[in-house]
Amino acid sequence: MLETLTTGNVLDLTRRSFLRVSASTAGGLLVSMYLGLPLAAQEGAQPKPKAYPPDAFAQIRPDGKILITVNRLEFGQGVYTSLPMILADEMDADWSQVIAELAPAADVYKDPLYGIQMVGGSGSIAHSFQQYRELGAKTRAMLVAAAADQWKVAPDQCRAEASVVHGPSGQLAKYAELAQAAAKQPVPATVQLKDPSQFRFVGKHVRRLDSRPKCDGSIKFGLDLDLPGMKTAVVAHSPVFGGRVKTFDDKAARSMEGVREVFEIPLVRGTAVAVVADKFWTAKQGRDRMKIDWDLSAAKPADSAQLFADYKELAHSPGNVAVNRGDQKAMDAVATSNRIVAEYEFPYLAHTPMEPLNTTIRFDGDRAEVWAGSQFQTVDQMAIAEVLGLKPEQVTFHTEMAGGGFGRRAVPDSHVQREAAAIAKRLRGTPVKLVWTREDDVQGGYYRPMHVHRIEIGIGHDGMPVAWRHVIVGQSILTGTPFAALLIKNGVDETAVEGTVDTHYNIPNFHVSAHHPQVNVPVLWWRSVGHTHSGFVMETLVDELATRAKTDPIAYRLKLLSPDAKKLRACLALLEEKSTAWRKSVPRNHAVGIACHESFETGVACAVEVSIEDQRPRIHRATITVDPGVAVNPLTIESQMQGGLGFGVTQLMAKGAITLKNGRVEQRNFDGYTPPYIKDAPVAVDVHIVPDTEKPSGCGEPPVPVITPAVVNALAKLTGKRYRSLPLASI
Amino acid sequence: MMVGHVAPSGAARKFSAMHFGKIVLLFASLVALAAWTSNPRREGQQSAPPTVATTRTDGLAAWQQVYSVLTHPRCINCHTATNYPQQGDDRHRHFANVLRGPEGKGVPALQCVTCHQTANADSTGVPGAHDWHLAPFSMKWQDLNDKILSSTEICRSLTDRSKNDNRDGAALLKHNTEEPLVLWAFQPGRRSDGSMRTLPPLTHEEFVTATRTWVEAGTPCPQTR
Amino acid sequence: MEIYTITVNGLSKQVTVDPGTPLLWVLREELKMTGTKYGCGIAACGACTVHLGGVATRSCVVPISLVGSRPVVTIEAMATDPVGRAVQDEWVSLDVVQCGYCQSGQIMSAAALLKSIPKPTDKDIEESMGGNLCRCATYVRIREAIKSASQQLKV
Repeated sequence: MLETLTTGNVLDLTRRSFLRVSASTAGGLLVSMYLGLPLAAQEGAQPKPKAYPPDAFAQIRPDGKILITVNRLEFGQGVYTSLPMILADEMDADWSQVIAELAPAADVYKDPLYGIQMVGGSGSIAHSFQQYRELGAKTRAMLVAAAADQWKVAPDQCRAEASVVHGPSGQLAKYAELAQAAAKQPVPATVQLKDPSQFRFVGKHVRRLDSRPKCDGSIKFGLDLDLPGMKTAVVAHSPVFGGRVKTFDDKAARSMEGVREVFEIPLVRGTAVAVVADKFWTAKQGRDRMKIDWDLSAAKPADSAQLFADYKELAHSPGNVAVNRGDQKAMDAVATSNRIVAEYEFPYLAHTPMEPLNTTIRFDGDRAEVWAGSQFQTVDQMAIAEVLGLKPEQVTFHTEMAGGGFGRRAVPDSHVQREAAAIAKRLRGTPVKLVWTREDDVQGGYYRPMHVHRIEIGIGHDGMPVAWRHVIVGQSILTGTPFAALLIKNGVDETAVEGTVDTHYNIPNFHVSAHHPQVNVPVLWWRSVGHTHSGFVMETLVDELATRAKTDPIAYRLKLLSPDAKKLRACLALLEEKSTAWRKSVPRNHAVGIACHESFETGVACAVEVSIEDQRPRIHRATITVDPGVAVNPLTIESQMQGGLGFGVTQLMAKGAITLKNGRVEQRNFDGYTPPYIKDAPVAVDVHIVPDTEKPSGCGEPPVPVITPAVVNALAKLTGKRYRSLPLASI
Repeated sequence: MMVGHVAPSGAARKFSAMHFGKIVLLFASLVALAAWTSNPRREGQQSAPPTVATTRTDGLAAWQQVYSVLTHPRCINCHTATNYPQQGDDRHRHFANVLRGPEGKGVPALQCVTCHQTANADSTGVPGAHDWHLAPFSMKWQDLNDKILSSTEICRSLTDRSKNDNRDGAALLKHNTEEPLVLWAFQPGRRSDGSMRTLPPLTHEEFVTATRTWVEAGTPCPQTR
Repeated sequence: MEIYTITVNGLSKQVTVDPGTPLLWVLREELKMTGTKYGCGIAACGACTVHLGGVATRSCVVPISLVGSRPVVTIEAMATDPVGRAVQDEWVSLDVVQCGYCQSGQIMSAAALLKSIPKPTDKDIEESMGGNLCRCATYVRIREAIKSASQQLKV
C-alpha cells in the first residue's frame, strides 16, 4: 500500500492560506490514491487516525462567505447541508454565510472508516460526524488563536460566535479579517469539541443549501454538463449480458448529420458499439439505427421463470451456514400443526434514479479530466486510469451533483466509467459525455438480485417461536469485487443475509443459511440492500405469529425482541405514543399494519393506514419513528423517512419487477417497470425522532425495509391473505 | 313518417302481375316491420330510404364490419367507461396515471394535449391528431371492467341520439368519413420502439363504405341474443 | 436539418435541427437551457415539462416540427412568474427537494395546476401531479407545498 504526497505540499497543507483565489488552486490538494484494497479491508489492520487538513474542508473568503467542502456525493440525502452544519457549528460560523461544494476525488476526502471516497451504507454522517466536528473545531481554534495573538490575550479569554471572535475587552474581529493570520497558526493536534447543549445548528431543522438552484433550473447535474467542443456518446449494448459484437452495419447511423464516429468498445464483460455525435439526440438516433450481429455464445441467457423454479428447489436444503444458534432438533419436537412453512419470492429490481447514468471524460494523453455524479470516486478513478493507461493521480475527478443514486452510482466494477473511458480514449483531446438512455438503464443490469426465502418456524404453546430455519437463495453482490474478502464469510455474502442473521428478535434454535447461484445478470446493492427482502420476510412472519397468538402486533414485537434491542424498543414505544389514537379510529374498510426493523445501526418502526382502492393498496398515512443516535438535522431525517417509505413502495408496485425471458430483459422504460407515483406513496407521513445521544447512525436506507411489510400486514387484515411474493401484482 | 316504406322499383313495375306485386308489398312490409322492431328508439330519426339492394341483412353485415373497426384498439382505447383511457393492442390502462378529467381532455397539468399533439410524432412514438381527447361516457363501448360491449349494445348506443351527440345516419357517416380522430386510427403512426401501430381490420375507405351501407339500410342493429 | 423559429420565455430563438428533434433536446442542447430535464424520453415521468401555448407539455415527445408559434415557457422563467415564484418559494420553505432532478417538472406541473385551479382540492392536486415521477418520493411535501402556494396566492 503506497501513499505518496505531491512533493512540497505535505507541510504546506497545514499552513496553506485560507484565502482561495480560484478553483484551480484546489488542484494542489490532489494526492496519490491508495492502491489496492481499501484500508478497512487490510487483514487485521485498523484504519490509522488520519490528519485531515482543515483548509481542505473550509475556506473563508474575503467577503465572509465560508465554503465548506463535502466529502460525499450529494444525491438527495442532504449531506450537502448536514455535513457543513456540523463543521460550521463547531467553527461557530455564521450559517447564513455558509456555502458548500462537492469534493473532487482526493485522498483527504476518503471515508475515514472505509478508506475510499464513497457514499453508501448510510454512512456519511455516521463516519464523518466526528471528523467534521474536529475540522470545525480546529478551524475555530486557529481563528481564535490568531485573534488572541493580535490582541495579546489568551485564547481562552476569547469567544467566537457567528463568524466573529470577541476579545475580553470588547475587541472583535471577523473571520474574514483573521483568515490569513489563522492560516499561519499551527493546526492543533487535538481540540475540545462542544458539549451538545452548545450546538447552534446540529439538532435543529435546518433548510437545505441547494433548494433554490434545484427549483429554478440553475443547478447543474452531470447530465447538464456542457464543455467547449464536447461530443455525446450513446452505446449499443448486447441484448443478453456478456454478448460480443460480431459485425455491425453503421451505414444508417453515419448517414445522419452530426454523427462523428462509430466504433466497438470493450466492456467489463463482452463488447459494445459506441456512437459519437455532436448532440445527444443525434447519437441516440444513430445508435437506434445500428444493425449489429451479436455473438451470444458466451452469454448464458437467464430466465426469471426458470430461476425461480431453480431457486425454490435450492431453498429446500440448507446452504452455507450464516448463523446456527441452539439446537436444530428442536424443530422436530414441534407438531406440524404448530409450524409455519413459508416461501417468499422477490424479483430483480432496477434502481432507476431520475437522472440517467452519465459520465464526461476528456483524455489528453498524459492526463484526463472526469465529471461524474459518482458514489464511488476512488474506485471509479482507478478504473478510468486503468482503461486510459494512466495512474490515478493523473485523473482529475470532479464530483457532480447527482439526480438520485440508491446504490446505482456505487459500482465495484465501474462499468459505466470504463465505457466512458474507452470512448474518451478513442477521441483523445475531445471531451465526451457518455449518456445511458432510460432504456439502457432499465435493461442494463446491476439489479437488486432475485431472491427466494424458505422459512420454517416452530411455534411454542405461548405463541412465541421455538425454532426457526431459514434458507436464503440469491446471487452474491460482492463476489468478484474488492469487498468480497471483507464481507463474504464461509461462502455467505453478508449483504444477502443481513436483516436475518443480525435480527434483534430473541429466536431460539435459529438457523440461517444461504445459496448463492451464479447467474449471468450483473447485480448490485439497492437502497437498504439485503434488508429489502429480509425486512419483508421477518416483519410479515412476526406479524403472522402475532396474529396466531392473538396478540397486538406491537406488544408481540416487544415481547419477542431481546431486552437490549434498545433502539427498536424505543421506536416501538414512541410509535405507540404517536399512533395509538389514530390507529384506534380508522374507518371501516381501512386497516393498520405495523413493522419495525433495524438496519445500518438505525432503528425504525412504522404504522400505516391502508385501504384498497382500484385494486391497489392506498396508503392514507404512515407514522414512522426512528432512532438514529444523535439527530444532526431533523429536517433531513424527516425527508429521508418520508422519502424512504415512498421509495420502498417500489417493491409493491404492480409493475415493480425486472424480468428476463431467454436472456432478454422484458421491460424497457417506466411504462414496463413502473416506480411509485404520487398516488402510490403514502399521502401523509408524520416522523418522530427518538431523542438519543449515541453517535449518529444513518437515515438514508433504514426506512426502506419497513413499508412493504407494514402495508402487506394491513392488507392481510383486509383480505385475509398473506402476501409472500413481491411485487404485489394483484391483491 | 312510415319507415321502411319500399317504393316499387322500376324493375318491379315491369311485371304488372298482381301476384308479383303482392309479393313485393309483403316483402316490403316485412322489411319495414323488421326494421321497426329492431330500432324501437328510432322515432324522429331520419334515414335515407333503403334501396332494394340495401337490405336489413346487408345493413347488419355492414354493421358487423363497422363494429369490427370500432372495437379495434385504435378506436376503442378512447371509448372507455372508466376515468382513464387505454393504450396498446392489449388495451392496458394508459401509463402515468393519465385521467379522463371533467371533459375527457385530462386534468390541468396532465391533459391529453400535454403529450398528444395535432399530428403523430413518429420520432418520439406519440400518436397525435387534432383535438386529442376521450369520447364522452355516453359513447362508451366497454363496461367498467374494460370488457368490450356486444355488437347490439354498441349499435344501440351509437344510434341513440340522446347519446351520440344528436347524430342521425347522415351525420354518423360524415363523422366516420371526416373526423380527424377517426382518420387517425387508420394512420396511427409509430411506437417509441420504432414499430408501426397495428391497423383496424378495414381501410378507411372500406370503413366509410360499410358505414354508408349500414346507414342506407337504416342503421339496423342486431337482435339481442 | 431545417430552420425553426420558436419563442422561448418571450424571446425569439432560431435553431437548425432535424424536424423530429424533441423540443426537450432543442432547449437543452441548441439553446443550452438545461433546467428542463431528460428522465425517460417517453413522457412517463414529467421531468421534461414545459408550458407550450399555456399548456403543461412533455417536451421530450413533442418534435420541434409541431411546436409552431405557440410560446414555450420553461422553468427558467418561473422565478418571474407570480404563480411559478409562489410555487418555488413554498418548495424552498418546506424543503421539498431531495436530489432535485425531477423538481423542474414538478414545479412546472404545479404551476400549471394553480394557474388553472387556484384553490385545488387534495384530489385536484393528486390528479394533476399524478404523472410526475419522483424517485426520492418527495410527494408528501409536494402536496403540502402546492396547498401552501395556493394559500399564498391572492385569488
